[in-house]
Amino acid sequence: MLDLRVVELASDDPWGAAAAAHCGRTLADLGADVVKCEPPAGDPVRRTPPFAGGAAHPDRGLLWMALNANKRGVVLDPADAARRDALVRRADLVVQSEPIVDPLGCGARQVVVTVTPYGTTGPLAGVPASDLEVTAAGGSLWLAGEPGRAPVRTTLPQSPFWTGMYAAAGALVAILGRDRVGRAQHVDVSGQQSMITVHPPAAVFADVAREEHVRLGPYLLGRSIVGARFRNVWPCADGHVSFAIQGGPIGRHTGRMLCAWMAERDHAAPLFRAIDWDAFDNRTLTQAEVDALEGEVGAFLSTLTKREFFAGVIARNMLGYPVADAGDIFDDEQLRARSFWQDVAIDGRTLTFAGGFALFDGERPAVRRPPPRLGEHDREVWAETLRSAVTA
Amino acid sequence: MTAPLAGVRVVELGWAAAGPLVGTYLAAHGADVIHVESATVLDPFRSTYPPFKDNRPSPDGAAMFSFYNAGKRSVTLDLKNPRAVALVLRLVAASDVLIESFPAGTLARRGLSREALRAARDDLVILSSCNQGQTGPHAQHPGYGSQLTALAGFTALLGEPGATPAILYGPYIDYIAVGYGVVAILAALERRARTGRGCDIDLSQYEAGLQFVAPALLERAANGATPARAGNRDRVAVPHGVYPSRATAAQPDAWVALSVWSDEEWPRLGEAMGDPPWAREPALAAAAGRREREAWLDERISEWTRTLTREDAVARLRARGLRAAPVASIGELFADPQLLHRRAWRTAAHPVIGDVRLMAAPFVLSEDEQGPQRAGPLLGQHTAEVMRDVLRLDGAEYAALEAQGVFR
Repeated sequence: MLDLRVVELASDDPWGAAAAAHCGRTLADLGADVVKCEPPAGDPVRRTPPFAGGAAHPDRGLLWMALNANKRGVVLDPADAARRDALVRRADLVVQSEPIVDPLGCGARQVVVTVTPYGTTGPLAGVPASDLEVTAAGGSLWLAGEPGRAPVRTTLPQSPFWTGMYAAAGALVAILGRDRVGRAQHVDVSGQQSMITVHPPAAVFADVAREEHVRLGPYLLGRSIVGARFRNVWPCADGHVSFAIQGGPIGRHTGRMLCAWMAERDHAAPLFRAIDWDAFDNRTLTQAEVDALEGEVGAFLSTLTKREFFAGVIARNMLGYPVADAGDIFDDEQLRARSFWQDVAIDGRTLTFAGGFALFDGERPAVRRPPPRLGEHDREVWAETLRSAVTA
Repeated sequence: MTAPLAGVRVVELGWAAAGPLVGTYLAAHGADVIHVESATVLDPFRSTYPPFKDNRPSPDGAAMFSFYNAGKRSVTLDLKNPRAVALVLRLVAASDVLIESFPAGTLARRGLSREALRAARDDLVILSSCNQGQTGPHAQHPGYGSQLTALAGFTALLGEPGATPAILYGPYIDYIAVGYGVVAILAALERRARTGRGCDIDLSQYEAGLQFVAPALLERAANGATPARAGNRDRVAVPHGVYPSRATAAQPDAWVALSVWSDEEWPRLGEAMGDPPWAREPALAAAAGRREREAWLDERISEWTRTLTREDAVARLRARGLRAAPVASIGELFADPQLLHRRAWRTAAHPVIGDVRLMAAPFVLSEDEQGPQRAGPLLGQHTAEVMRDVLRLDGAEYAALEAQGVFR
């Protein structure tokens, strides 16, 4: 897709390095030639556990591998401005996680993307943060966890992915406009601001209804005009499933199908099975009515395994999914049918990667090369740089 | 300064969040986004999802619809009517991008197959975004983002170990698919500018979401492990948590997030806390020692944070170069000085709801104009305008089509 030369400059900060790396990975998946520059000690993400095989190894960090496939890698001493300039000069796009390359010194068609926790200007410019603080400052932490207890973040850090994805979007907006702008463009991406986009409905409720949504464990808000909450995660026979009692055309179909499923299994649920689905309106149910219905539904769901539930909702075209773990995801027939998984040879072993995020003209962006070893492409990249300097 | 996507026209067929919000980001950067909707089968964001103006459901008083469709024009068309389908194809002929988010196969059944769309505009960029993608055994399966978030592994990773997982508030995965949808369209426009070729993008919201759990999937593939939720624990930082702070009238539910990433940072936390003797214990000097007593450590830190407001605690920690932040509520984000500095929120007048806040993209461009400027359109607000200005229908043609029920 993309015919772009991208230079990604790593920094010492693991959060920034991860966010910039996800931006680079997204562009690399789309075909950009991404050269990742690391300090002699290596990108800090290389040192982030866990590692393939268990033991710490700079090439085997699983976060490192996820974020840096499809790139070439070189070692660049942060003090070596001459080499950096030579590399930057021939790039369409620079991605960095601290202000190293100044857009004012760049050519008219170049784009510089800077990814930081809060942005490069303003009262919090330069303040360090990790995923936890970025998530706290962006409001999404506030909405997760059990009421009355500390808010909880997703165990797998999310903000570097969000920020890197938006950085790629911002980079491409700037690239599309580069012939018109006539100057280098700076794209200043904030992790905090990326995380406020994660839960837009909460902002709409706060703004228009002056209603502050709060964390409610497994319960959903925002489906009711009388303030009732609806359960969205339910224990099942071997884990949990995600399901909600809903109105609307699809919600009513789901309700009818669940009634039929209960009947097939002789499961008594007098209130739920008595619902007139044509008239059903979940927006106006009181909390007591919701709780009574959910008691019956919960008793039924607790008899099913995740796998039975998944097969059942697919067969009946109902809404609902299991709360899947990584093992369940590898078992999913849909992903296999769409050739989502990509086997990549690394160190004589085959490792299965998630494939690209979409199909373009029927083709999924492949994992074309494994993540680079430290300095793996020094020779070829510096030779190219030298050649282009001579030609220029 | 001009808007970077000025001159790009987008036709959008779809409802709720995952399709339309893609167009909203494009509109915020200057694209002319024409949202095609039905006036009889309403978008659930117009009919079902609160909040509504004065808490009374109405299509034009629906705040969620306005937010998710900021900056667009609304055209109502009854796609069950072949004349309306013909108008969509004429709109497509005058457009660069089509965004659709119906279940796989829906558009083709309406007479809007890939072939028909390509015949109308051969260099069209088409984004099809749906739950499970356009192909495969689950392609037809409908889904809500909140539940797809569970299928993609996120929900299992949120909460205390062994307890029922917490949800990620709402349709978390939808917004991942939105961001990737924007990236995909921009990349396809870049290629089109070079090659003249359009692009057919099949975006499964599920697969887009899985990009954000890629390390957990690799851990399964490499080590056979099943990554699980671990509360606020981190694999590197210790301590790493969310601690109660002094309640204030403005914020009774007050928490501080803080994390310590190295043995070099650890003594600085002690200094920030006023140097309590327990923090000088040699056993805590190395991460392994702190890890061993992490629950106890969290208790000690909580004793300190409880004595301070969030802001005081955070100021003391940041003064020593440590990572810390107050846990901001959603309402507090509207007054956050850093977000205000970046103009993250924009205010627009909505004719029914009143002033509403819109959200800017999280990147600031140095040389270009950006940001949402208009609230979402009223139902069919721009039907006549678009028919006249884009499709060049004259008054008589418009009236005849209207009489045939095309614009319902």
